[in-house]
Amino acid sequence: MYKASTGAPNDTYRVAQVANHGLLTYPHRLNFYDAPPLFEVTAEEFETSAIHRLHILSEIETSAARNRTWDELKKVTAIQCDQHLPLGHNIDKTEDLDGERRRDYLSHFVLRLAFCRSEDLRQRFVKAETTLFKLRYESDLINERASFLNSRDFNWIPVDATEQKLYAKELNSPYFGKTEAERLAEKYYKVKWTRVPDLVERRKVFVKKGWAYVPSREQSSIVFHEFETHLQRALEMTAKLIPRLDEDTRLIPVLDNLSRAFLNGISSEWTSTADAGNSETIKAEQVDSLAKKHFPLCMRTLHDNLQRDNHLKHFGRLQYGLFLKVLGLSVEEAIVFWRKSFSRIADDKFNKEYKYNIRHSYGLEGKRANYPAKSCQQLLTPGTSDHGCPYRNYSPENLQTALLSAYSSQGLRSSDLPEIMSYVKSSHYHVACTRVFELTHSTDGISKGEGLGGYENVIHPNEYAARSIALAKMKEEKVKEEPMVVE
Amino acid sequence: MEMDIGNDPTSTEVMLAFYRRLYPFKSIYNWLNHEHAPTRLFTHREFAFTLPGDVYLRYNSFTTADELKKQVCDLKPTRFEIGPVYSARPRDRKTVRAGALTPVLRELVFDIDMTDYDPVRTCCSEADICKNCWQFIAAAVHVLDMALRDQFGYEKLLWVYSGRRGIHLWISDKEAMELTDQQRKALVGWLTAVQAGKESSKKLNLHTGGRLSPSLQMALDYLNTIFGSLILSNQDCFLSEEGYEELLKVVPDAKVAAALRTKWESSPSRSSERKWVDLKKRAAAENFMPTLEDIIIQYTYPRLDAEVSKHRNHLLKAPFCVHPKTGRVCVPLSLDMIDNFDPESVPTVGQLLKELDKIKREEGDGAEVHSDWEKTSLKPYIDMLDRHAQSLMEVTRNEKRKSDMSW
Repeated sequence: MYKASTGAPNDTYRVAQVANHGLLTYPHRLNFYDAPPLFEVTAEEFETSAIHRLHILSEIETSAARNRTWDELKKVTAIQCDQHLPLGHNIDKTEDLDGERRRDYLSHFVLRLAFCRSEDLRQRFVKAETTLFKLRYESDLINERASFLNSRDFNWIPVDATEQKLYAKELNSPYFGKTEAERLAEKYYKVKWTRVPDLVERRKVFVKKGWAYVPSREQSSIVFHEFETHLQRALEMTAKLIPRLDEDTRLIPVLDNLSRAFLNGISSEWTSTADAGNSETIKAEQVDSLAKKHFPLCMRTLHDNLQRDNHLKHFGRLQYGLFLKVLGLSVEEAIVFWRKSFSRIADDKFNKEYKYNIRHSYGLEGKRANYPAKSCQQLLTPGTSDHGCPYRNYSPENLQTALLSAYSSQGLRSSDLPEIMSYVKSSHYHVACTRVFELTHSTDGISKGEGLGGYENVIHPNEYAARSIALAKMKEEKVKEEPMVVE
Repeated sequence: MEMDIGNDPTSTEVMLAFYRRLYPFKSIYNWLNHEHAPTRLFTHREFAFTLPGDVYLRYNSFTTADELKKQVCDLKPTRFEIGPVYSARPRDRKTVRAGALTPVLRELVFDIDMTDYDPVRTCCSEADICKNCWQFIAAAVHVLDMALRDQFGYEKLLWVYSGRRGIHLWISDKEAMELTDQQRKALVGWLTAVQAGKESSKKLNLHTGGRLSPSLQMALDYLNTIFGSLILSNQDCFLSEEGYEELLKVVPDAKVAAALRTKWESSPSRSSERKWVDLKKRAAAENFMPTLEDIIIQYTYPRLDAEVSKHRNHLLKAPFCVHPKTGRVCVPLSLDMIDNFDPESVPTVGQLLKELDKIKREEGDGAEVHSDWEKTSLKPYIDMLDRHAQSLMEVTRNEKRKSDMSW
């Protein structure tokens, strides 16, 4: 067992550095993650490093679901990478190059444990990781990339001059790009065609008798495919071995949490209204108009049900009550609001049965805990309540009706529904919700792909509402200012 | 005992007699299994049965050819399909761990259907097929066969007539069986130039820098040789106004198109050949020869049903099944038979049973023999499958011997 500070998993990984970094444990920024980490890790580092990586992978998944272009994806992911898991080049004078790479290395393996357990998770993980690898490969410096490529055997056969001459006519096809002179000077590598399926699909290589002749500038295709199959195999292996693992009981819950977070978006504690810059309190009578303009579909349907039936069941009250609390409804106002809404219930019964619960949720009774509002992740987890996330729980027909009745006044048209439903169908519920936000806030200058502004996805109902209220306020202020400009 | 097979080629009595006396279960077994002793290639293989009344039974599997035969004779399906080799026995599907039943091996299969050629054929439409439009299929077969052998190096190809208006291809090479879905998709992408279905009349743009990719160039070299006879004289595709308008649509120069239109309108009987010559002259003068190559590909290049080939778990009708509408047996075809193949000449189940009755009358009612097909017109086709299966078994044997030597 190596200690993290001193150990190197493999001595061949050491190379001398020109800069005064001395010997690096991880000589390359790129990593194929061959050998699992053997150093000691604290339980906290185990979890936090994984969560950081998860932020990046979620962003990549969302981008794919939203059909972002490669450049957009690059930009958005770079932001997440810098924030959560920076990874410097060798020539960067970064203080802690090894530390960064160690975190990258560790977090990858933690997530492998979390995501090896079902075929669906494995596929999504492989896809996201491969994309991340591609991004890093592209942004790597040319000489560093070359030294990485030399450090591994990719099992490609260089095509010798006689063979190249034999297929000169075919290889010289303008179909394979560039000018004739460059094509003739190009070096080729021979691999089984099954290793470069993407090039084959686009007819970008010459294939003969099962061999693909890959020009050196398309070499990356081989590398990416190698990374993908390598990881796929490793995950399947891990999945087979995990039941037999001598497991630390502390880790299983962490792993469970991580895989759930990947499916449902990363949870965030949205606790204070001050974050969104509207620390004003809300009055009970404002709730109705706010609901109609600013609430996400989950809270909107709860509100509508409450108004229609003059009642909500326990978990519905809990979900909606905590949401309103975080939105800025004080406990006094909350009691007024619920009293009014439960119009068919006698004062006596209300005071006895409901008031306690409202005060409890504000931390004024019983355990006196300050309960946070439920995040999207909690609402998406099946079994917690009858209400949860409508994008997940409703049948497609009901969902479409609900969306139209809730948001058609804010600019949602039935022609937008197929797109939203396609996200729902592929289980990207938070993307569907984000898209609805974009559509209903297009007049506030939110365009497609921008999310809640700054490419953020909906991960908390309160975030949705707070962002919506903030946008409305900005618009109001603008309207106020404009006449003065004209004058 | 004369059976009434006049109207319904697929009544259960007819099917039972066919399966019991004619269907070559042993050959099918050898072909799927690649050796004599049962392996996973057969025991973990999915069979799906279509019963009369649209009942569809999936996830059947069998340990031997006899077991398969017994089940088929019990169920008397109108047809049955062959699926992939799974990681476990498909019939144990309900007892294995969830997710443990995944497709692992599968012949690479292709399906070409005449309906995809409807926009370019003039002789028949929809379900009909004649010797003339079979030439589209023949061209497709030659192009695919060439590409798969030359570019991908596959050798164990079995072409099977689908019983009505199409053809199936089963590739049993080890490397082909092992392809993942992703690789299959890539291979289909490589082979696809003309989209089947609604997109088929979309203008192609296959040239880069005035040249085709080497693989398409090779296909074109062949298609050039048949374009004249198939499209110009046989189908006479550009005779009608509708036909030549399609052609003029892809002419890149509007002035040229207009000039040709006036010329052709004035002589409605001008043949496709002469129109093609007109167009060729213009193309040479105006420098759009690549467009002509696109047109040749557009009209004659194989139109694949991509979904069939892309996924390992796609089921495909087994060879020697009977087509329920035509009664024709889905017989294998060799490459040299393709050009002169007449779909109408394929033995039907009714005809075969009559042949059997005749033999019986000549020989007297003896005991039922198992290889009854030996005496019918099905024999050459079954021999063909047997030879194909033999060559597969040869490969397996050689491999085993090689690994023995290394020991």
